[in-house]
Amino acid sequence: MTENLVSIFLNSVFTGNILLAYFLGMCSFVAVSKNINTAIGLGFAVVFVLSVTTPLNWLLYHYLLAPGALHWAGLPNMDLSFLKFIMFIAVIAAMVQAIEMIIDRFSAALYAGLGVFLPLIAVNCAILGTSLFMVERNHTFIESVIFGFGSGVGWLMAIVSMAAIRIKLRYANPPYGMEGYGLTMIVTGLMAMAFMLFSGIAF
Amino acid sequence: MKIKNNTLKIFLRPVWSDNPINIQMLGICSALAVTVQLKTAFVMALSMTFVLSCSSFIISLLRKQIPKNIRIIVELSIISTFVILTDEFLRAYMFDVSKQLSVFVGLIITNCIVMGRAEAFALSNPPHLALVDGVGNGIGYGSVLIIVAFIRELFGSGKLFGFQVVPDYLYSIGYEDAGFMLLAPAAFIIIGLMIWFQKYLSRDKELKR
Repeated sequence: MTENLVSIFLNSVFTGNILLAYFLGMCSFVAVSKNINTAIGLGFAVVFVLSVTTPLNWLLYHYLLAPGALHWAGLPNMDLSFLKFIMFIAVIAAMVQAIEMIIDRFSAALYAGLGVFLPLIAVNCAILGTSLFMVERNHTFIESVIFGFGSGVGWLMAIVSMAAIRIKLRYANPPYGMEGYGLTMIVTGLMAMAFMLFSGIAF
Repeated sequence: MKIKNNTLKIFLRPVWSDNPINIQMLGICSALAVTVQLKTAFVMALSMTFVLSCSSFIISLLRKQIPKNIRIIVELSIISTFVILTDEFLRAYMFDVSKQLSVFVGLIITNCIVMGRAEAFALSNPPHLALVDGVGNGIGYGSVLIIVAFIRELFGSGKLFGFQVVPDYLYSIGYEDAGFMLLAPAAFIIIGLMIWFQKYLSRDKELKR
């Protein structure tokens, strides 16, 4: 049991890195990795939102939407799984809004750090993607908690290391047209290659 | 005549000079993951064009009714309605492709192109222009997808649309498929090179400016 959880965690951080192996959350990754402090801020906000929304969506899916999930309400033949996209995105948007208000109310310092990033996260593909992968891979509830947290940590690691590389790249002198996004994509490719080495390790 | 030219311009701009992937860097998330094979890339491009044009059209129709402070959630629900339609259609008629695309059809909802066009164009333009803009962006996105998929499938597995195109005698004299092309890093690097190439080609124009 514990072994399984550890392997899900390590897998979602390294070999199945949500950004480098499944390409999710690329848009904000490219836009925000220019500065290391904002990258850290957005990274932690993603970890936070992922660890909350993934288990929440698990509960929603398994008690309302999955085929036969409405058994407790006397509707064993109901299959609402086609509604999962719209429900998940609504949960994510609502959670992001709620988290923003809670942080604003209780911690001014945290709000100043994370506040501006939270609305961005609602449309970050990594969040919705993790929820959808969680359904596709039939995780249990505990596994979904670990999976959400692990994916967030993987994303955080990727964006922080990218921001660190981009600071150095500012002093590089690339050929015309290569600077900026083109170079970022190629460096991301090299990073993805480095992360693939982890797949040689059997967890 | 002026209106027609304007419409044409709105259509052509996102295809080349304002391409959503190569220039605006939007929607790369899904672009990279589905490009191992031409078939999935093609289906994805079609679904994206459908969702993008329909949702732009509807959002533009409703642009005067949508209250400003809840517009994001309204836009998201309009977009997800079309995504659900697409997903159900694919599962009914192309089950194997829909299995391969897995979560990426659903991720059209959070694709920055759709949201970006809704925010930047559909909310401030009449429906017919929004529709044209949606189709143009869909084609701009789709063409990048298809080029990347073409390169990856041809060099990665020697096939196009699942049919073998690299002749057997090449294999017999020692040619081998580049397995690297099928892996994630190759997609990043191909897109990076494409961005470079396109910027290089439009260099003269920029220097003149």
